[in-house]
Amino acid sequence: MNTVPSLPAQVAQIARRSLLRTLRQPAQIVPPVIFPLFLLAINASGLDAATMIPGFPSDSYVDFAMAFAFMQGAIFSMMNSGTDLARDVESGFLKRLAMTPMRRTALLVGQLAGVLAVTLLSGVVYLVVGLIAGVTVETGVAGVVVLFVLFGLIGLAFASLGAFVGLRSGSAEAVQGFFPLFFVALFLSSASLPRELIEQDWFRTVATYNPVSYLVEGIRSLFIFDWDGQALAVAFAIAAAVTCVGLAGAVRALRTQVVR
Amino acid sequence: MRRFADVTGAVWWRSIHNFLTNPAFFLPSIIFPLFFFTAFAGGLSSVGDVPGFDFPAGYTAFQFCFVLLQASAFGGVFTGFGIASDFESGFARRMMLAAPNRLAILAGYLLVALTRAAIVITVLTVVALIAGMEVTGGPLDLFGMLLLAAILSLTATLFAAGVAFRTRTIQAGPAMQMPVFLVLFLAPVYVPVELLSGWVEAVAQVNPVTPLIEAARGLISGDAIDGLLAYGIGAGLLVVFAAWAVSGLRRAEAAGG
Repeated sequence: MNTVPSLPAQVAQIARRSLLRTLRQPAQIVPPVIFPLFLLAINASGLDAATMIPGFPSDSYVDFAMAFAFMQGAIFSMMNSGTDLARDVESGFLKRLAMTPMRRTALLVGQLAGVLAVTLLSGVVYLVVGLIAGVTVETGVAGVVVLFVLFGLIGLAFASLGAFVGLRSGSAEAVQGFFPLFFVALFLSSASLPRELIEQDWFRTVATYNPVSYLVEGIRSLFIFDWDGQALAVAFAIAAAVTCVGLAGAVRALRTQVVR
Repeated sequence: MRRFADVTGAVWWRSIHNFLTNPAFFLPSIIFPLFFFTAFAGGLSSVGDVPGFDFPAGYTAFQFCFVLLQASAFGGVFTGFGIASDFESGFARRMMLAAPNRLAILAGYLLVALTRAAIVITVLTVVALIAGMEVTGGPLDLFGMLLLAAILSLTATLFAAGVAFRTRTIQAGPAMQMPVFLVLFLAPVYVPVELLSGWVEAVAQVNPVTPLIEAARGLISGDAIDGLLAYGIGAGLLVVFAAWAVSGLRRAEAAGG
């Protein structure tokens, strides 16, 4: 009789564990929800005057800034997945897991699924709060669906990078050290102003080469433009590419952490 | 008096030595203000073209003042983290046993915060000048601006020290950091207060840090400022948080460090 659970069952078990351990730690739930909303509120009020700059693509800075909140949520998923996996290394959980028939794939997919669920949940909160604050989604209901598919993929991309760092370093502290780097990437992008309105040449150049700009612009296009196929295609492509890189690194690092 | 100065000097030397020799302490203190300055002054410079935005020294100087005060305040918060760590490691307890007047310990930490602020401000100013920041205020104006930075650094240190003395654990870090973060960002960060909108404008109007930021911006550009209001609020904040820190110190003494 085969008593080893199937791969989907293993994934479900790990995803449930990942989800529950996140939900049980307010420190992993509160900042990803509160911090982006707080910055959204500050920026919406503080930079509302920016909509008066000739060529600004929206009448409302809140609409424009929604993408910033979603990107922060995605970056927090990097922190959550990386920290959880690093703790699993530190606590010896992965070594104990190596003595069970649990497949490595199940561990990684389950962990990422749990983090992704929390990320999408925080996205729902951003959208609801945004709608209450008067945000409009120009692309309508279909745009909201695409928004969550794109946000999920971007969340997965950052979560897989977090998993890679967490598994490679085996240190939650190292993951937290990486976290500000991603925030720097977000701030050095076109998140606060459209690239064509950035006056400083060097900043515009950095923002143009920064892939985060295109992720922001993909999400933003759904809020402030009618369908922009090019912005969406580029955002999906970058998110998919980062996911592949992150997953490849995480799988490789997992092989060294879970040795049978 | 001599022993007071000895204790203050010893606390200062130990903390500054740790600060300067440990990259984990030193680098974030330098990098984060530079990063904020780069992101705000570089990325948002076209905000200075918004109708109604009239700041003679330009947007780089406008943002420099905010980052200057922010870095000074956060230097104080990080000093509070150091106090909490000293309690966790047991060092503060030994220090309190050794010091005849424990106020000297607090004075040492205040000196640490000022030194940290001076280092960060120097680096930030050099970078801002290289980036082309215009300074249209005179030397006395600039001294007044640095005085505001010192006041905010001391205020934040006294606040964080009060929390650290009461909790005596580094786990209280968010309780030191978040209020300072909130009060700073609920001020006119990106545009003058008259160009703010919504609830943040209402909060910024009554935020005690707003007059300090506005005064610093006025001083760097050589504009007239409401000095009585800015320095009066600064002095008031110092008195209130000095009382908070000293009463916290007494609690730590009562708890046996």
